[in-house]
Amino acid sequence: MPHDHHDHDNHLDPMEARTRALETILTRKGLVDPAAIDAIIETYAEKVGPRNGAQVVARAWDDPAFAEWLARDATAAISDMGFTGRQGEHMQAVFNTDTLHNMVVCTLCSCYPWPVLGLPPVWYKSPAYRSRAVIEPRAVLAEFGLTLPESTGIRVWDSTAELRYLVIPQRPANTDGFTRDALADLVTRESMIGTGLPRVPA
Amino acid sequence: MNPPENPFDAPWQAQAFAMTVALHQAGLFTWTEWAATLNKALQGAAPDGSDYYTCWLRALEAILTEKTATTPAEVDALAQRWQAAAHATPHGQPILLENAG
Repeated sequence: MPHDHHDHDNHLDPMEARTRALETILTRKGLVDPAAIDAIIETYAEKVGPRNGAQVVARAWDDPAFAEWLARDATAAISDMGFTGRQGEHMQAVFNTDTLHNMVVCTLCSCYPWPVLGLPPVWYKSPAYRSRAVIEPRAVLAEFGLTLPESTGIRVWDSTAELRYLVIPQRPANTDGFTRDALADLVTRESMIGTGLPRVPA
Repeated sequence: MNPPENPFDAPWQAQAFAMTVALHQAGLFTWTEWAATLNKALQGAAPDGSDYYTCWLRALEAILTEKTATTPAEVDALAQRWQAAAHATPHGQPILLENAG
């Protein structure tokens, strides 16, 4: 069988073809503008990510008045830092303590605070995490390598289309005198979802 | 500081995501409606989340059908035209719908 035909032939992935079809239909109807689509992609693929959330956490560690504001009105405190946009309209910050660990899930689909964390990782969107986080949080955390003392309570927050959560982990020990940037470098994405803890300084 | 990791595995995933955000911004549906539609499309999804954007695209088609912005038949037909355009386009050149003839 000659093999040269397909070498010169383009074949679209079926999902790619359907997506192009939708974009053609919506553009013709004036419902979307291709330039606006490109701008949205650039924002979420390249600009917004968990470094934003890390700056919020670092400031909360460093500035008690800000931490208090964050606890009272996270939406306002976070937008004050310039992190605004879709899926960040209504935010709640949940603070870890010595006796309480918070973790976040979206059992419905994949609601997630985009302005501070970017788009969610694959595991956050997986049916396995979405169904098990509520039922057996301790076992799920153990799979992430996080084993908490039995005395530490776990509270699981179920995100909705209206309300998104940001976990504020506890400030690691031996970080006195750290600059805010140095503190932010310790804050991982997982620590802000509650499936991990911040890095400890070397 | 590292840039955020790219959350999309393929360009179509980014396109499908961005169209949804744009349509919501334009007021075609509320995010609550979107979340409910996505939830339905995610029933039976792969446990590891690997087909998440396939479900997302299915949800987008469903909500557009519900809002009478398109029909499954219209999407099928145009997807076939895009496939024909791809076949008719020499490798290395941009695929244009006009190439479908």
